[in-house]
Amino acid sequence: MKPVPFAHSRPAKLTEISSALDADNAKLIAGGQSLGPMLNLRLARPSTLIGLSHLTELRSVRLDGATLFIGAGVTHAQIEDGDSDVDLPPMLRHVARNIAYRAVRNKGTLGGSLAHADPAADWVTAMTVLDAVLVIANGREKKRREPMSGFMEGAYRTKLQPGEIIVGVEISAAMGEAHWGYEKICRKVGEFADAIGAIVIHPGLQYARVVAGATEGPPILLNDIARAIARTAKRPALEEIDAALAAHLPGADRVKRQLLKTALSRAIAKVIP
Amino acid sequence: MNTGIGARIPRKEDSRHLRGTAQFVGDIKMQGCWEAAFVRSPLAHARIRSIRIPDGAEGRVFTVDDMVDLLPIRAESSLPSYKTSDHPALARGKVRFAGECIAVCIAPTRAEAEDLAETVIVELDPLPVHVGVESALAPEAARLHDDWPDNLFLSTEFDSDLSDARAQATVVIEREYTTARQCMVPMEGKGTLAFWDGKADQLVVYTSTQVPHLIRTGIAQCLQLDQGDVRVIAPDVGGGFGYKCVLQCEELVVSWLARSTGRPIRWTEDRREHLTAGANTREHKYKLTAYADDTGRLLGLDADIWVDVGAYSVWPFTACLEAAQAGGNLPGPYDIGAYACRTHSVATNKPGFTPYRGVARPGVCFAMELTIDAIARAVGRDPLEVREINLVHGSAMPYTNITGKYYDTGDYPEAARQAARMIDVAGFSKRKQAAEKEGRYLGIGFSSFTEQSAHGTKVFASWGLALVPGYEQAMVKLAPTGSVEVKSGNHSFGQGLETTIAQVASEWLSVDIEQIKVTMGDTGMTPYSTGAYASRGMVMAGGAVSKAAEELSLRIRAIGAHLLQCDREETELKDGAVFCGAASVSLKQIAQAWYLRPDMLAENVNTMGLEVTEGYKPDIDTGVFTYATHAAVVEVDIATGKVEIQDYVIFEDCGRRVNPLILDGQSYGGAAQGIGTALFEEVIYDSAGQPLTSTLADYILPGPAELPSFRLGHSETLSPHTRHGIKGVGEGAAIAPSGAIVNAINDALCPLGAELTSIPATPRRILEAIFMAQDASTREAAE
Repeated sequence: MKPVPFAHSRPAKLTEISSALDADNAKLIAGGQSLGPMLNLRLARPSTLIGLSHLTELRSVRLDGATLFIGAGVTHAQIEDGDSDVDLPPMLRHVARNIAYRAVRNKGTLGGSLAHADPAADWVTAMTVLDAVLVIANGREKKRREPMSGFMEGAYRTKLQPGEIIVGVEISAAMGEAHWGYEKICRKVGEFADAIGAIVIHPGLQYARVVAGATEGPPILLNDIARAIARTAKRPALEEIDAALAAHLPGADRVKRQLLKTALSRAIAKVIP
Repeated sequence: MNTGIGARIPRKEDSRHLRGTAQFVGDIKMQGCWEAAFVRSPLAHARIRSIRIPDGAEGRVFTVDDMVDLLPIRAESSLPSYKTSDHPALARGKVRFAGECIAVCIAPTRAEAEDLAETVIVELDPLPVHVGVESALAPEAARLHDDWPDNLFLSTEFDSDLSDARAQATVVIEREYTTARQCMVPMEGKGTLAFWDGKADQLVVYTSTQVPHLIRTGIAQCLQLDQGDVRVIAPDVGGGFGYKCVLQCEELVVSWLARSTGRPIRWTEDRREHLTAGANTREHKYKLTAYADDTGRLLGLDADIWVDVGAYSVWPFTACLEAAQAGGNLPGPYDIGAYACRTHSVATNKPGFTPYRGVARPGVCFAMELTIDAIARAVGRDPLEVREINLVHGSAMPYTNITGKYYDTGDYPEAARQAARMIDVAGFSKRKQAAEKEGRYLGIGFSSFTEQSAHGTKVFASWGLALVPGYEQAMVKLAPTGSVEVKSGNHSFGQGLETTIAQVASEWLSVDIEQIKVTMGDTGMTPYSTGAYASRGMVMAGGAVSKAAEELSLRIRAIGAHLLQCDREETELKDGAVFCGAASVSLKQIAQAWYLRPDMLAENVNTMGLEVTEGYKPDIDTGVFTYATHAAVVEVDIATGKVEIQDYVIFEDCGRRVNPLILDGQSYGGAAQGIGTALFEEVIYDSAGQPLTSTLADYILPGPAELPSFRLGHSETLSPHTRHGIKGVGEGAAIAPSGAIVNAINDALCPLGAELTSIPATPRRILEAIFMAQDASTREAAE
């Protein structure tokens, strides 16, 4: 399990990355916690790896008015530890704490996880339920913004274009006071999720989102369920969740639906005990 | 400090492992060493049409056609109906499992060797694949080995006549059980480094093995060398579990390459190779019929056992050891009057079956223990009571069971009672009732077993093996500085033998184990031993060291007596000196007299000196039986199918405990592996025989968070047949967890009418069992 030969570059500035990405079959590497194994299994066979972990501009965590910006190069461990000048929403710290193992969290990055778009990973679901917006640069034009819901097109597929890089995510700073529930079901501590249920409610902002994650595709927004919860402040019946899941995931078998239903109902129960 | 037998002390080897100064095969640095990578079969069953080696790769890529002087691995057995399989180290003509070695590539680094391996083009014509025993046994099934009439390595039949049991039984329990295929996953995978030592004119093979002397024999045979031309050294080995007790193709290929190219060559197994080509153990199917009376007394047992043994018979233990152990051990610790068992060792398109810690017994214990609980439910009695009336009682010892196994000592029901006391059955019942009111599902389960350990000549000969263990030798020497050297051909690879055999020497010689240098694993420096397997190390190597150290103590006392001017019988060896009354002479003084000042010795001194090699075998070589009962309390989350082990106790008796601390470690480690078997580990294949669990993200092992805090209890019933009353214990704790945990799960699920009969008990299997029970009750309600 050794990678194919590849060149390695470390552009000095973010703006140089796009030209580096022009090289044939070049690939970005940040923490390398997903790409590393794929390289070793020779599933990824880049000619050049462009290292990002030294770029301080990707590591910034700051408040821009009412918007919290978290750089793509921030590690899971930094979020877990709250290692920033700005307070992070408690939900983010909770999610980070339960990603894989500490050794993975020390290296793995938020942006890397979002770009990799593994359906069973945490950030794609957590950022969807928080209505995060991705800030994306391609080096030549102005940065563009892409809402997290819709960014992921399928398993390991996103709306990132060739030459583009995720710079960071923007989240409404008010999410720090939101009510939230996040339930992950997995075989063992640190394992990828078999099901994720996530809910965020912010009455002041009239914000309510319910998301099913680890669905083998993009996270699913269950808007009818979210609206009903916002309207009634009551937990939906299990049958309603099941019906919503069945409508969105006609291919899912009974066990998968059971796990998603359980994750969702337990997440919701954290907001509405 | 007393460091003799019974001392609870840390291991001698801990320091080098904790400081990273140990030397595994991968740590060895050797000038000019090249690394090997294998081209492995992408298909599970195919004919090889061609192997194309790229131009310019001559001398760096090798196939079986290059290795004309390398004989295939051929494991013989004298059992009637046994069929041998030739396993060429690199495939010849056919491949029979995904991951089988086809060609080998060498280069200065592993990455370059893998680059080269990608350029080798293998054209294969696919053949029908047998992913399970059913398809392999189907009429007209494609055969793995062309010259065989079917796909059966061996069938055995045992029948003590069940007609009385059938006639008298008022309860008949029929069940089918399955256990998954597993990998053993030692922390260090396999690894071999070989080179030709010009001065010694000898092939030197460093290899990660439990059985260095056996591997020496195997390599010499297959390379057609005189055994004197081969030296095998097992350096530090990071876990064996049985995976490293057989001759491996890669060992042969690396040895052949070193001899042919004149260059040191190393191969290091990576995790993906292990999880595919090493997926070689545990997979059984059972069909059991148990006959009992109204009290739950077991009258007879009828069994069919299928072992999915894969494509090849491993050397030296063969494809049939597993089934032989399964058929012989199914009755386990129970007093069963009538027994019939048919075993079927079936060839399939998977890696060749290799004995794993517990050898068949984790499977038979699971099947038997679930059956005991099923009987208990059928007769409406507590499963503990049913165990109590069926287990072999202490008053019946020694006891020869229905399959002829001789249980030397012990009180099996007492172990079950002690486990029940430790886990607090009464307290559990209260907790269970309280949990029920909250809609939570708690269950308790028990699992009792015997562990035949250090079974020797007669037992292995009865299995028809070509290689049978006999006497074990060890050398013990008093060095000029007063320290002690111990040499054993056995090996220490995590089980602490390096420390425990030093403790045996310390017991006789009263030298602290820190002053006892233990050398193991090097066939150039140690007396012959068949190695460490079958829980034999402590009994056999410990026994041999004990005998040699005892003889050495007599010689030391003789010299001491001469120096003290008294008779040997008047002396005592203690505190590092020989005493005659209050007068004493230190071991160092005695050693210096022998080595440096022989003028001080008596005229009639034993000229063999202070270096003793002795051989040992217990009085009986049918094995000595350790036994235990495990008990588990679990909570099943019926919404997710997840199992939480809330409590886990082990009450065990392995005779004299040489080092209770090491024994605790053996129990924790074994039980952790057993929990992997019970709840997590499973090699999954698709219909074409492709292993789908080729990374540790897919092959799920339990981690620290999944393991309970084990609580241990012991009794010490000494074996009358072994030195110091020691019994083997290395495998035991891995045997029982599936029985205890799945019985507990079934106890928890009983109100739902769900019952599990397959392991691992994954969330999916548990949810499906619950769904099945729910659907059945919905149908019933509708009708």
